[in-house]
Parts: sequence; structure tokens; C-alpha cells
Amino acid sequence: MFKIVKKEFLSENVARLVIEAPYIAKSRKAGNFIILRIDKNGERIPLTIADADMEQGTITVIVQRVGVSSHKLCAMNAGEMLLDVVGPLGTATHIAKIGTVLCAGGGVGVAPLFPIVQAMKLAGNRVITVIAARTKDLVILEDEMRAYSDELIIMTDDGSLGTKGLVTQGMEEVIQREKVNEAVVIGPAVMMKFAALTTKKYNIPTVASLNTIMVDGTGMCGACRVSVGGKTEFVCVSGPEFDAHKVNFDEMLNRLKAYKTKEAEGYRDYLKSLEATPALV
Amino acid sequence: KERTNVVRVHMPEADPNVRNKSNIEVNKGLTLEMAVSESSRCLDCVVPTCVSGCPVGTNIPKFVKYIESGDILGAAKVLKENNSLPAICGRVCPQEIQCEAQCVYVKKLSKEGSAIGYLERFAADYERESGNSSIPELASPNGIKMAVIGSGPAGLTVAGELAKFGYDVTVFEALHDLGGVLKYGIPEFRLPKDIVDFEINTIKQMGVKFITNFIVGKTASINDLKNEGFKAFFVASGAGLPNFMNIPGENFNGIQSANEFLTRVNLMNGADANFDTPVHTGKNVVIVGGGNTAMDSVRTAKRMGAERAMIVYRRSQEEMPARAEEVKHAIEEGIEFINLASPIEYFANVNGMVTKMRVQKMQLGEPDASGRRRPQPIEGSEYDIDVDSVIIAVGVSPNPIIQQSMPDLEVTKWNTIKVDENMMTSIPGLFAGGDIVRGGATVILAMGDGRKAAQGMHKYINETILAEV
Ligand SMILES: Cc1cc2nc3c(=O)[nH]c(=O)nc-3n(C[C@H](O)[C@H](O)[C@H](O)COP(=O)(O)OP(=O)(O)OC[C@H]3O[C@@H](n4cnc5c(N)ncnc54)[C@H](O)[C@@H]3O)c2cc1C
Ligand SMILES: Cc1cc2nc3c(=O)[nH]c(=O)nc-3n(C[C@H](O)[C@H](O)[C@H](O)COP(=O)(O)OP(=O)(O)OC[C@H]3O[C@@H](n4cnc5c(N)ncnc54)[C@H](O)[C@@H]3O)c2cc1C
Ligand code: SF4
Ligand code: SF4
Ligand code: FES
Ligand SMILES: [Mg+2]
Repeated sequence: MFKIVKKEFLSENVARLVIEAPYIAKSRKAGNFIILRIDKNGERIPLTIADADMEQGTITVIVQRVGVSSHKLCAMNAGEMLLDVVGPLGTATHIAKIGTVLCAGGGVGVAPLFPIVQAMKLAGNRVITVIAARTKDLVILEDEMRAYSDELIIMTDDGSLGTKGLVTQGMEEVIQREKVNEAVVIGPAVMMKFAALTTKKYNIPTVASLNTIMVDGTGMCGACRVSVGGKTEFVCVSGPEFDAHKVNFDEMLNRLKAYKTKEAEGYRDYLKSLEATPALV
Repeated sequence: KERTNVVRVHMPEADPNVRNKSNIEVNKGLTLEMAVSESSRCLDCVVPTCVSGCPVGTNIPKFVKYIESGDILGAAKVLKENNSLPAICGRVCPQEIQCEAQCVYVKKLSKEGSAIGYLERFAADYERESGNSSIPELASPNGIKMAVIGSGPAGLTVAGELAKFGYDVTVFEALHDLGGVLKYGIPEFRLPKDIVDFEINTIKQMGVKFITNFIVGKTASINDLKNEGFKAFFVASGAGLPNFMNIPGENFNGIQSANEFLTRVNLMNGADANFDTPVHTGKNVVIVGGGNTAMDSVRTAKRMGAERAMIVYRRSQEEMPARAEEVKHAIEEGIEFINLASPIEYFANVNGMVTKMRVQKMQLGEPDASGRRRPQPIEGSEYDIDVDSVIIAVGVSPNPIIQQSMPDLEVTKWNTIKVDENMMTSIPGLFAGGDIVRGGATVILAMGDGRKAAQGMHKYINETILAEV
């Protein structure tokens, strides 16, 4: 059992949870993720380790409410227990002194981007961060990002905070202004697809962190597979980060829909069950 | 002479048309009368050749004669001397090519072999149901910490054997549940999960500690564990990495590995609406492959409501690596076999969901390295099969995590771990066995490795650590 020691909402549908997991806190690196299971009927869901505190023996995850499991997780509170947490999974981000690194995050992808921004900065790079959200209230980790970025650009669809426009516009502005040695893009698959197309135009090496559907996270099931440069790769063991210019994003977008109908039905039934027992809401 | 005239017992089975709609166990087990009658066939040979066919050297005549005399608990005790998981082996061992194939009935008398597997299962089940399970004798605790990586049959066996020597054993398991393939792979209708848990519980009662959600090489390294006082290690991480065929369309939705399908159903209870894990299945389901994994998948798909549950296999039924009994059960349950055919491409609808597979007919040519005749494609023989679910069961590769975390560890070109005659790897104190050494093999071979490794580890400790004090 893994205790939740702190929980808060960062925006309406995004919660930050601090979880006791001393081994993982010690061994995790930027780019790693965990898989957790809430209770015995729960599914295994992957979440990036957004931060960790070795002394306290805790890790932080940031989760966006999108369906049954994330909904249940967002409803949990400090003091409650998660049945299973395993990690750190995946290969760590390659952190080195590269020069200028452009880090771009969309939606809840900003959470997994944070440990990379932090590590890139600590490695001595000039870090320019672009974070994007639909509207002001959905912008997360603004202060944390600012603390580790040489420059922080915020893009919102409606212009309610920062500049009005898409993440790719923010990226392009930087690229046209100065030499960028590497880009890291994390967010919804569509966002990564277009961010990758943007940097490709300028031949900037780009890394994307893929969030494919997973079960075990140890290379055992192949649910997480994607085509990278025409070759099938298992994201949980060979990734989650890959050369963004080689990833077949269209295939990945399709694979993310594999269980769409069942997930939607499950979420609808779950929300109905909550209405039936209002005390749980 | 009279003994040899007794007819070999038939295993009672659940009705095929009932069982293919439920998860009830297919083989129902022998009654006491059946077991006693079958045990009377055994000739208690002076040189029991059957034993040479058992990878863990079970004293077969001894346990069988206990059954004949009516002392079933005594029989169970004999089994446990060499085998910590008899109720499991009695169910899943390929007995017909191991112990039973070496029985004098088969070798000399041209009759059906003694039904050793059925009797083994009977004794183990009888003991469990009697509530009088024995715990093997343990040496007094020596306080030396040993680590086992993986809780499949190899890891469980080593853990049990080391506990008998008096070691302080901890098993680390990556998943949230124990048992390896016994839990996530082999389905309930062939190996009930309660039985696996019962056998694991016996090992727990022997003092072995189990830590789930712990991936050695990720959560902590072997070196970290050394610093925590572990003196020797046994790697039993299995061959869990599913192979794909790398043909066009293989990544469309609705196409999954057997491991994914079976894990979602067995480990995650995906077929039960009370559980959150979704699982994809369909009306027209094709399983590609001819091994135990393929049979388990196709029979599971049938149970989940497939109208056509089909095997597509590139050789003929004769070459199928699956146990003969599983193939027989599958046929009885209405599984269709499309043999001598191999997929070459998949097609999907606008939503990216598979709708059709193109297969090519095959013919058998010269024997290959495995001695089986090599399948060769017949040009121009392609045709299409309508499908809404495809499950790939064309073999597995070794789990890579330990190897990746230890660059000095010597591996073969298939990435299996190299071991010496004591099951020790190129790194002193680090042992390995089971599928991580053999590639996808069997439960009992994994257990045989476990027994050997436990001896090797005991020897290693005596020669190194204990020799120093
Ligand atoms: C390496 C990795 C890191 C991730 N990090 C984060 C993170 O830091 N914060 C965050 O909010 N989300 C993260 N995700 C995505 C997160 O796992 C999914 O949003 C979550 O599993 C959805 O579950 P659900 O039951 O709430 O929603 P559902 O309604 O079941 O699913 C909604 C959508 O989420 C995706 N999804 C569903 N099940 C899984 C699964 N088992 N594995 C992966 N994706 C799934 C599918 O695209 C699905 O259509 C990450 C995913 C991966 C692979
Ligand atoms: C569907 C199916 C049906 C089968 N049917 C039969 C049958 O009828 N008869 C038969 O004899 N054999 C059968 N087999 C084969 C048999 O199950 C295997 O040969 C056997 O389980 C191998 O045992 P093992 O202990 O080596 O590994 P596994 O059973 O694979 O167990 C390995 C365990 O190690 C864990 N692990 C891996 N890496 C780590 C790590 N780094 N840290 C911690 N834990 C880790 C894994 O999660 C897993 O639980 C079948 C296999 C499958 C898949
Ligand atoms: S363990 Fe397997 S091979 Fe050995 S006697 Fe039992 S059934 Fe036969
Ligand atoms: S070879 Fe057959 S008959 Fe002889 S002891 Fe073994 S099981 Fe009995
Ligand atoms: S999640 Fe199962 S192989 Fe990657
Ligand atoms: Mg879900």
C-alpha cells in the first residue's frame, strides 16, 4: 500500500498528488513514470513522475481527469492508500549540456515536462519553455516552470493569459529569433505531431514523450507499441521518449482510441453510480 | 500380469458445450476409486524409467504406491520432497512427453503410460482439500539473506528450496500479483487461481517474504540489494516479451499479443464488468500460432462469446507445439483450425479497427533445425478472412530489464542469460533459471532449474561467505 500524503487541485480537472514511495523517490530520473492501481478492481494506469523528494521518500504525480481511473484518483485525499505503485519505468531522458533547449508542453503534458526542464537547466543549458492551455485557469506549474527556465512563454487559445495562439506559434517565434539546439515536446498526441512538424522544418533534433496505452509497463504485453522509423517499439521499455521526427503519430493517435467505446461507457456508468450515491461525490 | 490388464483411467471432463461458455475447470479430477485403480497399474519398476523423464526427479513409484495403499497424504508428502507446486504440475506438465513417455508401459509394453500427471494432481488436490497440508521440514534459520527476482515457477521453486536450507528469502515481483505466467497467462479453466495462491501460501508459511510492485533493475538495482545485505541472487524474470510478425497493418486496433489479451482477462479481470480494465474481443477472432499460448487464447476468446474462434497456424496439426490434450479440448469446444496458413497483411475500417486478414497457404518442405518440417509459402494462394479481433501468439523473447541494468552480464545472441552447471551466471553470486535462460519453455523445466540453482546457491554460500568465518 502506498499512502497519499498530499493532494491539491491545480486547475478544475488537474490534481497533484504526493505519494509515499521511498524506493522510487530514490531511483527515479527525469523522464521516468510509474504505474499505479487504485484498488483491487482498478486498472493499471501510467503517470509521469513530476517531482520527487528523496528525504521525504515521496514522489509527485499530476493527473488530469479524463475517465474512470483518473476521476477516482482525483477524488482521493491525503491519508488514503493506493493499492499498487510500481516504478520508475521507462528510460530516463538523455540530459546533457547541449546549448539552448526549447521545451514545449501542452495540457497536462506540462507535468511530465517539468522534471526535464529542471534537469536541463541544472545541466547548464539555456532553457526556453513554452506552455500552452486552452484558457488561463488551465495553465499549470507556471511558477515551477519559471523557476527553472531562462524564459517562459505562455500560450492560451483564448488569450486569457500570455499570448493568444497555439503552442507551435510560441515555438516558431523562438526558433526564428535564436538558435535552438534541441527541442523537447510533450502533450496530447496531436500537439506533439504538429510540434514535431514545426521543428522538422528547421531541422532541430526533437524528442517527444509518448503516452500510449499501457498495461504492465515492463515489456510484457505490447499494448504500448508504436512505429518509430518504420520499426515497432514498445514505449514502456524503449521509451517513452523517441525521436519525434520518426514517430508515426497518426498510428499512435489511432491506437489511443483502441478502447474508446468501452472507456466512454465505463465512465458514463461510473458517473451514474456516483449520482446514485451522492455522498461519494 | 493382472496389473497390466487394468485399463488406463480417463479424466472426467466438463461438457464441452457448457464449459466453452464458462470458466469452470475443464478437467474435473479423478475420484478416489479411479486414482486407486490407476495406481494399481504401476509396476513399481526396479529401474523406474519414468523418473528419468521428470525434470525434478519426482519419486514416482513411491508416491503412486502410497495412493494404491490409500495413504493419499503420504503420497502428497513424497511429491513435496522434490516439487513445491504439485497441484500445478499435475495440471500443466506435458506429462505425455515427459514422465509418462518414459514409463515402461510405453517403452516396453506398447500400452498407454501410467497416468502419473493425473495421480499427482489427485494427491495434491486431496491434501489441499483435506485441510491437512504439510509444510516441508526446514533447517533452522541461518539469517543469510537471499534474493529471488520474479515469482513464476522458477522463482517460487528456488524460494521454497532455499527456505528448506534455512535461508532468509525475499522474492521480488514486478507485477502486483504473484505467480508469473501461472497467474497472468494460463487461464482459470485450466489452472484455477486459487490453487496457485494456495501453493504460494505454502511457500509463505515456510517463511519466504514476497514483495510485489518491485522491479529489480529499476526500483532498486542488484547492487542496492547487495548493500541491503543480500548475499546471492536468483534471476527468474521469464520470457515475457511478446514477438510480433512485423507485417503490414499489425498495429491496427483489434490486433493484440496473446500476453496482452490473457493479462487483461486473467490478471486484470477485464472480462468482468466490475473491473475497470477494458479488453477487446470479437465475434470473428483469429489467433495466430500453435502453442499452448495460442490454445489458451483461442479458448478464452470462445468463452468470451466469439462465434468463430479460429487458429491460424503455419504448419500442420502434427507439428503443433501445444500439448495434445489442449488441442483435443479446443476441438471439442468448437475451435476452428486453419492449418498450413500464415497471415501476410491486415486491413482496417476508417476507424482503424481491423476487419480483414490476408493469409497465404503453406506447404511443408524439408525439416529445419528443430526437426519439424519447414513451412513454405504457396505463391498465389492468398485469401482473406473476415475478423474483428486478432491475437498474435508467435512466441516470446527474454525479458530484457535485468540484462539492460547489468551490462557485464553475459547473454546469448537471443538475449537469454548464460549460466554454468550450477546455474550461476558470469557474475559470481548471481544465478538464473527458467525461461530467462531457456527462452519460452515449460513450468517443470523452470522448476528443475530452480532446484538446481538452489543447490548451486547453497554451495556458493558455503564456499564463499561461510568459508570466510
Ligand atoms: C508514459 C505515460 C505517462 C503518462 N503521464 C501522465 C501524467 O503525468 N498525467 C496524466 O494525467 N496522464 C498521464 N498519462 C496518461 C494517463 O495514463 C491516462 O490519461 C489514463 O490512463 C486515463 O485513464 P482513465 O481511466 O481515467 O481514462 P479512460 O477513459 O480509460 O481513457 C481515456 C484515454 O486515456 C488513454 N488511456 C486509457 N487507459 C490507458 C492506459 N492504461 N495507459 C495509457 N493511456 C490510457 C486512452 O487514450 C483513452 O482513450 C500518461 C501515459 C503514459 C503512457
Ligand atoms: C499462455 C501460456 C500457457 C502456457 N502453458 C503451459 C503449460 O500448459 N505447461 C507448461 O509446462 N508450460 C506452459 N507455459 C510456459 C510456462 O508458463 C513458462 O515456461 C514458465 O512460467 C516459466 O517460468 P519462469 O519462472 O521462468 O518465468 P515466468 O512465469 O515468466 O515468471 C517471471 C516473473 O518474473 C517477473 N519479473 C520479470 N522481471 C522482473 C524484475 N526485473 N524484477 C522483478 N520481477 C520481475 C515477471 O513479472 C514474472 O512474474 C505457458 C506459457 C504461457 C504464456
Ligand atoms: S512433475 Fe511433471 S514430469 Fe514430473 S512426475 Fe509430475 S507430471 Fe511428471
Ligand atoms: S515406469 Fe511406469 S510402471 Fe514403472 S514405476 Fe514408473 S510409472 Fe510405474
Ligand atoms: S505496457 Fe505492456 S509492453 Fe509496454
Ligand atoms: Mg480507464
